[in-house]
Amino acid sequence: MKNIRNFCIIAHIDHGKSTLADRLLEHTKTISEREMQAQVLDDMDLEREKGITIKSHAIQIDHVHKGEKYTLNLIDTPGHVDFSYEVSRALAACEGALLLVDASQGIQAQTISNLYLAIDNDLEIIPVINKIDMEGAMIPEVTDQIVDLIGCKPEDIILASGKSGIGIDDILEAIIERIPSPKGDEQAPLQALIFDSVFNSFRGIIVYYRVINGTIKKNDKVKFVHTGKEYGADEVGILKLALTPKNEVKAGDVGYIITGIKNAKEVKVGDTLTLVSNPTQEAVKGFEDVKPMVFAGIFPVNTDEFEELRDCMEKLQLNDASLTFEPETSQALGFGFRCGFLGMLHMEIIQERLEREFNQTVITTVPNVSFHAYTTREKDVRIIVNNPSEMPDPSRIDRIEEPFIRAQIITLPDYIGNIMTLCLGKRGLLINQNYLTATRVELIFEMPLAEIVFDFYDKLKSSTRGYASFDYQPLDYRESDITKMDILLNGDKVDALSALIHRSRAQDFGRKLCSKLKELLPRQQFMIAIQAALGAKIVARETISAMRKDVTAKCYGGDISRKRKLLEKQKEGKKRMRQIGNVEVPQEAFLAVLKLDD
Amino acid sequence: MAGIYLHIPFCKQACNYCNFHFSTSLRLKAEMIDALGKEIALQRHYLEGQTIETIYFGGGTPSLLSATELMQLWEKLENYFPQQDLKEITLEANPDDLSPAYLRALKNTPVNRLSIGIQSFHDKDLRYMNRAHNAAEADYAVKAAQDTGLDNISIDLIYGTPTMTDKEWLENIAAAVTLQVYHISSYALTVEPRTALAHAIAKGSSREPDNSQTAAQFEQLVERLGAAGYEHYEISNFALPGKYAVHNTNYWKGRHYLGLGPSAHSFNTGSRQWNIANNTTYLKSILTEGKVPFEKEVLTPEDQFNEYLMTSLRTMWGADLDHIASVFGADARTRLLAESETFTDKGWMQIEEGKMILTTAGKLFADRIASDLFR
Repeated sequence: MKNIRNFCIIAHIDHGKSTLADRLLEHTKTISEREMQAQVLDDMDLEREKGITIKSHAIQIDHVHKGEKYTLNLIDTPGHVDFSYEVSRALAACEGALLLVDASQGIQAQTISNLYLAIDNDLEIIPVINKIDMEGAMIPEVTDQIVDLIGCKPEDIILASGKSGIGIDDILEAIIERIPSPKGDEQAPLQALIFDSVFNSFRGIIVYYRVINGTIKKNDKVKFVHTGKEYGADEVGILKLALTPKNEVKAGDVGYIITGIKNAKEVKVGDTLTLVSNPTQEAVKGFEDVKPMVFAGIFPVNTDEFEELRDCMEKLQLNDASLTFEPETSQALGFGFRCGFLGMLHMEIIQERLEREFNQTVITTVPNVSFHAYTTREKDVRIIVNNPSEMPDPSRIDRIEEPFIRAQIITLPDYIGNIMTLCLGKRGLLINQNYLTATRVELIFEMPLAEIVFDFYDKLKSSTRGYASFDYQPLDYRESDITKMDILLNGDKVDALSALIHRSRAQDFGRKLCSKLKELLPRQQFMIAIQAALGAKIVARETISAMRKDVTAKCYGGDISRKRKLLEKQKEGKKRMRQIGNVEVPQEAFLAVLKLDD
Repeated sequence: MAGIYLHIPFCKQACNYCNFHFSTSLRLKAEMIDALGKEIALQRHYLEGQTIETIYFGGGTPSLLSATELMQLWEKLENYFPQQDLKEITLEANPDDLSPAYLRALKNTPVNRLSIGIQSFHDKDLRYMNRAHNAAEADYAVKAAQDTGLDNISIDLIYGTPTMTDKEWLENIAAAVTLQVYHISSYALTVEPRTALAHAIAKGSSREPDNSQTAAQFEQLVERLGAAGYEHYEISNFALPGKYAVHNTNYWKGRHYLGLGPSAHSFNTGSRQWNIANNTTYLKSILTEGKVPFEKEVLTPEDQFNEYLMTSLRTMWGADLDHIASVFGADARTRLLAESETFTDKGWMQIEEGKMILTTAGKLFADRIASDLFR
């Protein structure tokens, strides 16, 4: 055990985590160059494209240092705000972390919040400044930032470049010399922390864990403490580039287990794995049942593809347990699903995977957060509202609560004003303002999650020219004046465009939404009235005048091909439209709410 | 039945709405005639086995060619294509080019039909469109051509122009009727991308044509020309009985055509091809490499069905259901009939003697109807 090191890499998106991981694997000959696909750890297409790791993985590296053989387990962590719980569990499986900071970008919000998580878990931090050979590298500034942040000595910081391989030896040495070996008792009852699971269509669910105490053997009967379920260990082993079966995995090490589980829902990240015959008395601390934060409807474009979509959602859920869905019926969109996501990025990922991996064309409706409603009749009974249609009638409502988050934004001092304007405009409360260094300010707000769901990321980016990074953690539920806004097209309510919104923002929101819809709805042969209503009260209105003519003037030899292609495209576009009353509504209109201008 | 189109890619000045291929520098005119002559020879087999009924000099501004230059092209055409079935030889002309002398010279060429770009009989509209002529020249050109004996005349008129009132539009129609031209092509002003007009609208210095005013002027046009004895035989084309444009009718009836010159399109049912829309590249390819520079698309049965529907529905002859059944299968007819019910119900379409024909109300939505009925 004294020659095992478990570590992860904390870094902001694009700061070079995957490239550095590649170099470590190459340098230690864990992987040959031939096997080296750029960024091996990100094995979903989508991950490689987005340049972030959505699902965490782990890999074992063998390395000889001063004549002694060491086993280094690199546990990869997801790099986005929506996945902070998964990150915390991966960190809990490690004794140390490389803090990787881009030499030209400096420290970002996400890095800091993950760093805090690592410090909370008592991890040994090895600071690394990456991309030092890039133009624009500001090594002294970034050194100061790191020293200020973690209180290390400047000489503790390793200078590296994943791209050209600078500093890789130093990093390997630091991992071995500075990170403590795991402590645990191989003879104690089995206690292993589950930090991830992946779905394999041949093997079922593969569960990744870190053994804290005890030993897990092939054919053991195991139990998941929180779900209470028992399984046989069909196969256990360690994680090389491929799964490597072993007879046993002992305390301190990282491994996998295959038990024939088919559904990711049965495996909860953070759960404790133990033996049925000799169970541990103590579950690993920090387990949480992750709950979806953002909800939206997903509907098939063609109403008759509902069953096919269900099939795809089920398959998606097999390897993404954080996705939830239940059937939903919309007057406008027919049969579909109300889906729950960890956050906005998670929602985007699901949408893209449905389109790319499963070839589904779907309509996604206005996302909302999960509200709590209480009625006057039963003031203590919480009604969970994940869909505007589930909101009780206003006359029966005693109060409504909405989720708040703690938002952390790190930026340059120049943009403090813009960020204040943005966040206060989104009902944020400034909690703290803290200069991390002379050129790095951390702002902490408490904000309603609902305000993050609508266009917050884009606004933050544009009001800081990209020089802000953002992270959040769920906080609590607070009472709030939430109202339901309906959109009417020629008098017909469009349920898929209803939104739950704070009353103070309703009129302004209604006005913007109507004007955006005016842009997005194609003109038709009759006039279209677009109205926003709070109950029976119309708060905004726009009109689209009738289209009286839709015909090309000239159609001669040179025009025919171009014209045909144009009309074919129109026909395609129309397939993606929905008839609401007598109005044809294109798909983009259902997401209009996310693209409101000021 | 087939046609030949020659594109003359030169203009004295650019009309603000035009997105056709042309150059306002006449420097390469002689070379272009040379190259066109060579392309005629290179493409001599394209229409093999077809009866050639029409030749059309379009542009650009073909009236920038002298009678001598026209004859130069004519001699090449005569060498490589049979003449015996030719009915119509059209020259597009701008009014300011049609001097009595030029008209007399044309009279001695095989050209037997003129398509004159009048656009409006009001100076302010012509200025708005950046046309090279004025209203007086427009009127004079038509009369002069008729006096010369070139009386098979078509004129172009544009409506929906922001500068033009409904009253002035009725005056334009009346002026055309008074001139007793055989044929009138009348187009809604259309904002094409990458034109001076599109640019002016984008920066706010010109108004966009108003959709409902354009529709109203179309209805006035149909009504007035109908009363004056013109048949509305295609969305934008009107003719005295029997005076339909043979050449353009070919396009809408799916007949073959050979296009010569930069940007010109050729079609032979199974494929369509178009020459490169660049004078210099075209000249270089033809004159130094002896190759026609074109791109080509193969037309699938679906493409062919869609094109047939799109073009035939624009005409008063309509889409022929028997033709559809025989070329695209009985299913295609059944499906089309079922899908077009919504349009017959709306009064946009009638089915008479196996032909689907758009009503005047339907013609206003011809694109939408075609698109909905596409496969």
